[in-house]
Amino acid sequence: MRVTAAMPRITENEFGSVCEVQVFNIVDAEFIAPGIKRFVIEAPRIARKQRPGQFVILRLCEHGERVPVTIERSDRQRGTINIVVQSIGKTTHVLNSLVTGDSILDVVGPLGKPSEIEKFGTVVVMGGGVGTAMAYPTAAALKRAGNRVISIVGARNKELVILEREMREASDTLMITTDDGSYADKGFVTDKLRELMESGTRIDLVLAVGPIPMMRAVADTTRKEGIRTLVSLNPIMIDGTGMCGGCRVLVDGKSQFACVDGPEFDAHLVNFDVLVQRNSMYREAEQKSMAEFRRDAESQVEACRAGMGKP
Amino acid sequence: MSDAPKQPAKPSTPSLNPFPLRERIKMPRQHMPEQSAEERARNYGEVNLGYSAELARQEALRCLECAKKVCTTNCPVGVKVGEFVQLILAGDFAGAAAKIREDNVLPAITGRVCPQEDHCEGACLLHKKGESLGIGYLERFVADYEQRMGIHSFHKVPPTGKKVAIVGSGPSGLTAAGELVQQGHNVHVFEALHELGGVLVYGIPEFRLPKQIIREQLDYMRAMGVEFETDVVVGRTVTIDELMEEEGFDAVFVGTGAGLPVFMKIPGEHCNGVYSANEFLTRINLMHAYEFPKYDEPIVDCRSKDVAVIGAGNTALDAIRSALRLGARKAFVIYRRSEAEMPARAEEVKHAREEGIDFQMLTAPVEFLSDSKGWLTAARCVRMELGEPDASGRRRPVPIKGSEFDLPLSVAVMAIGTSANPIIQSTTPGLKTNQRGYIDADQTTQRTSRKGIFAGGDIVTGSATVILAMGAGRRAAKSIHEYLTTGVW
Ligand SMILES: Cc1cc2nc3c(=O)[nH]c(=O)nc-3n(C[C@H](O)[C@H](O)[C@H](O)COP(=O)(O)OP(=O)(O)OC[C@H]3O[C@@H](n4cnc5c(N)ncnc54)[C@H](O)[C@@H]3O)c2cc1C
Ligand SMILES: Cc1cc2nc3c(=O)[nH]c(=O)nc-3n(C[C@H](O)[C@H](O)[C@H](O)COP(=O)(O)OP(=O)(O)OC[C@H]3O[C@@H](n4cnc5c(N)ncnc54)[C@H](O)[C@@H]3O)c2cc1C
Ligand code: SF4
Ligand code: SF4
Ligand code: FES
Repeated sequence: MRVTAAMPRITENEFGSVCEVQVFNIVDAEFIAPGIKRFVIEAPRIARKQRPGQFVILRLCEHGERVPVTIERSDRQRGTINIVVQSIGKTTHVLNSLVTGDSILDVVGPLGKPSEIEKFGTVVVMGGGVGTAMAYPTAAALKRAGNRVISIVGARNKELVILEREMREASDTLMITTDDGSYADKGFVTDKLRELMESGTRIDLVLAVGPIPMMRAVADTTRKEGIRTLVSLNPIMIDGTGMCGGCRVLVDGKSQFACVDGPEFDAHLVNFDVLVQRNSMYREAEQKSMAEFRRDAESQVEACRAGMGKP
Repeated sequence: MSDAPKQPAKPSTPSLNPFPLRERIKMPRQHMPEQSAEERARNYGEVNLGYSAELARQEALRCLECAKKVCTTNCPVGVKVGEFVQLILAGDFAGAAAKIREDNVLPAITGRVCPQEDHCEGACLLHKKGESLGIGYLERFVADYEQRMGIHSFHKVPPTGKKVAIVGSGPSGLTAAGELVQQGHNVHVFEALHELGGVLVYGIPEFRLPKQIIREQLDYMRAMGVEFETDVVVGRTVTIDELMEEEGFDAVFVGTGAGLPVFMKIPGEHCNGVYSANEFLTRINLMHAYEFPKYDEPIVDCRSKDVAVIGAGNTALDAIRSALRLGARKAFVIYRRSEAEMPARAEEVKHAREEGIDFQMLTAPVEFLSDSKGWLTAARCVRMELGEPDASGRRRPVPIKGSEFDLPLSVAVMAIGTSANPIIQSTTPGLKTNQRGYIDADQTTQRTSRKGIFAGGDIVTGSATVILAMGAGRRAAKSIHEYLTTGVW
């Protein structure tokens, strides 16, 4: 049996010759919070191999950039993967404008080292914003491996709390915080973590996925106690296979490639300043792209659809 | 002074060349028409414009038709130079292309990027008399002619029913694929990136090797029946064992290249503005960052900034000449050895000089300096002198004490080499590698330690050249065919 990666479509390339282009179909897409959308994408090869903690790299259309997104879950039988995407800049805005029936030109993966899944004891899984969707598959796997999973999910406000039901199922205890107190407890995820530590709960491992300031705060919180803490880093990537070195992060004073050596690293050894600095490298260009997107979102999305190799 | 070569020319067929040998030796090598240096340094158009039919004929007339074909024996794939040059003289350009294709399935590419001075042209008898025959230029001419005319001259044999997986679509993989499909095997190429061609598309820039040439070669291969699947990282998306056990592939060729960038591990390498050549060139070539914002992938703005590349191979020169085309004000090559040791193709060095690249020889960076926001401001460099010969036989560069100086820079590109791409090795049990992590493969059969798995190109030799990778692909195809027809390992 031949396992096909994607649906072929006949199209003309820029030199006018006919060729087959494989595309990845979006079989379901729905917003799960304002600006956060979940996609179900046909990608049988990836679905078959995905493990928690791994990601894919997407390229929406011919003129698109390559962006990494974590696989939230996969369905081997159906041959689909799910991703959860937050609109940040142009690419994620265009992506989140796509609907069921649209397709993505390139989806490659699963990339990165899978999360280490074994029986650690008590594990605290912390998700900040869309990071919750990235932490979810690992939380579920840790639970299945027999760990006691305490999850702490944080969001700016009530509307942005995502995957509550899923996280509840994947955890023995679920705590939720919102920055503005519009839902559950007001405060930050680190407040909850500190409470847990102060209550004398034995914590064997902390996994934190979210915005860089949140991951840095978690690292600072657990450092003194020497609690093993992992963070999932999100540097800028291109190929995702270790070829370009663009995703290098400074860990324990050494360069590591997040796409092959990570994305999870020991939080206490990560140099977050360098990560923040490198992630700002293309700010001007990103703002320019985003401004153009805002000026005429519809035609940008259409241009992407057209540049997808559709007949 | 111009005595005819000792070696008598005894062509089996009467020569089409009306000129006696001693006159041929006096003929000057025909210049390759090119864009002027000022013009091309600011555009992405190809530097070399190609011979006209007349120039090609003029150049072909210089060939001495030697009996001992040193040009052929020094070509890694044994292109029958003498014979294709004769066909040019006969005006049969298509025939000349077909003649090259007997040994080399990518002539439009090798004609452009082979380090001819190390192979065919370096050995050419005319070289000893002055200037070698422009073999690369002629090869390029007939290949381009063939493409322009849309001639597809391949023969197909009945299907064998055997399936071969090719991992990686660089020159080694494409060569193996092209040869195997012509023997009737079902050939399926898997490529990790979204574009086919390996270094030919993500590394070598448009101004040296237009992408259209590669795409046309790929269309040609599709017409021959090769199947391509992009976005598959073998080892991650599917393993070699799964390909063989579950997807029915009878043999696998691994041509995954030497794709990992090496850094110098000096302070400041993580600064904004410090790139690996792979990233810099990938952004430009694969992702079209030079066409931002039409294409979404950005690159650090080089306009009116000073840029340097560390290293002096083809990769380094491609990177710095790209920076110039991105609008760099000053563009430096920083190299720790001297001119004589520069590994780049002679023609590239010449072109780079004409375009105004500043070569800082016997110099090495020791640290990158940055501002408070982490942006590169300068490379602290040290001058070197040549000491005793090292393991490579070249004189070892030794830092001169107290010679440190700061070279102000906004962008620095590291092009000091690559190492083995480990994904296949680490996901294929029993596949032997050498100490440096490259795959162990027999030099003539390209067999690896695993039955049915073959390997070749940079993933076996370390970074080498297009033509050497193609040679390996060709040998692999031959022994894969043998293995598939005899079943003997
Ligand atoms: C391993 C990994 C997993 C990720 N998983 C998810 C996920 O599940 N859901 C999700 O919504 N986001 C995820 N991200 C982040 C996502 O890749 C970025 O939000 C996206 O690339 C932004 O692109 P943009 O054009 O919309 O924004 P831009 O305007 O281009 O950039 C906004 C910011 O996003 C970051 N960014 C930009 N380009 C890239 C790039 N090519 N690679 C990585 N980061 C980039 C930079 O910090 C930049 O400042 C992940 C990132 C990594 C590295
Ligand atoms: C910038 C630059 C300029 C150069 N200039 C010249 C020149 O002028 N002349 C010359 O002769 N040589 C030149 N070279 C060297 C030459 O390009 C290489 O030696 C040659 O391309 C090696 O061919 P290859 O087939 O072994 O691998 P590559 O060309 O490296 O191709 C390997 C392919 O395999 C893919 N791959 C890797 N891992 C996987 C995987 N796990 N699954 C699927 N696919 C995978 C890669 O994405 C890539 O497409 C240059 C190299 C560079 C980088
Ligand atoms: S393939 Fe390269 S080395 Fe061989 S004849 Fe052609 S240009 Fe020369
Ligand atoms: S190309 Fe050079 S070596 Fe080869 S036959 Fe002609 S003159 Fe002789
Ligand atoms: S993304 Fe290129 S090396 Fe990691």
